[in-house]
Amino acid sequence: MADNTNSNEVNPFQKQKNKEEMQKQLITFALMILFTIIAFVIVATGMMDSMFVTPILLILAIVQVAFQLYYFMHMKDKGHDMPAVMMYGGLGAAILTLAALGVITWW
Amino acid sequence: MSHDHSLNPETMPNEPEKATLEGKNKFIGFWFFLGGETVLFASLFGTYIALNNSTAGGPTANELFGLELVFIMTILLLTSSLTSVYAMYHMKNNDFKKMQLWLGITAILGISFLACEIYEFTHYITGYGFTFRSSAFGSAFYTLVGFHGGHVTFGLAWLIGLMIRNAKRGLNLYNAPKYYVFSLYWHFIDVIWVFIFTVVYLMGKVG
Repeated sequence: MADNTNSNEVNPFQKQKNKEEMQKQLITFALMILFTIIAFVIVATGMMDSMFVTPILLILAIVQVAFQLYYFMHMKDKGHDMPAVMMYGGLGAAILTLAALGVITWW
Repeated sequence: MSHDHSLNPETMPNEPEKATLEGKNKFIGFWFFLGGETVLFASLFGTYIALNNSTAGGPTANELFGLELVFIMTILLLTSSLTSVYAMYHMKNNDFKKMQLWLGITAILGISFLACEIYEFTHYITGYGFTFRSSAFGSAFYTLVGFHGGHVTFGLAWLIGLMIRNAKRGLNLYNAPKYYVFSLYWHFIDVIWVFIFTVVYLMGKVG
């Protein structure tokens, strides 16, 4: 392996861009923590009827996962067409699996 | 493998993880794997949802689960996801030492998460006699949550291996994709956990 010549420097424009990106990531993280707390508070206080709680919890989870995928895993960035195809392909099969296993128990 | 992939301000690409063909292939290949993992976990979730009321007279989800521990575990894993974002931020700024530092914090948070999970399982087994063989609910629960815990364990071994192996190399275009792909894996573990704490614990408490 060649000597590494790390000097902690990158071009200033890129560095600024990375910094802005990191600020977005921090906002994403704050929102995810907020959603988590909301989900736990709803369940812990029993403030809502269980008819409403389940869909709300699922929506909170889906939004959190979308943040994770699009911001933390960069699916919002350019050059992520193949990852999107893979994930949505997997998600399609996942929904079919869940539907099938759900139907055989509730039928 | 080319042997001159070292980085300096002049040669530092914006995305060191995708600057080589090998890096690009790892990136695409790993997302392919994550698509497959989605299906794997969907079948485990489907099984759990189908069987979570089949308790065979044993303890039910509502009796077993305590929200405090699950909340702590969630925060630990969610924070470790953020620390690995920090690690990738420092990778893009070509700052190897800070990257290793943040990955070290990620590893510590991951180990704490795993310790909580082991405590939780031991508590269920010794306190409630709730095991893998207690009921269909037990089997489905331990398979789903245990599989996630197994992924965390594997991820920790992977991370520690990467950090030790590359400690003296510094960041270069050969190992940048390896670190990046690990960060994707670690985020994916968190994605799965979001559904576990929602579907298994919170919905189990709601009934």
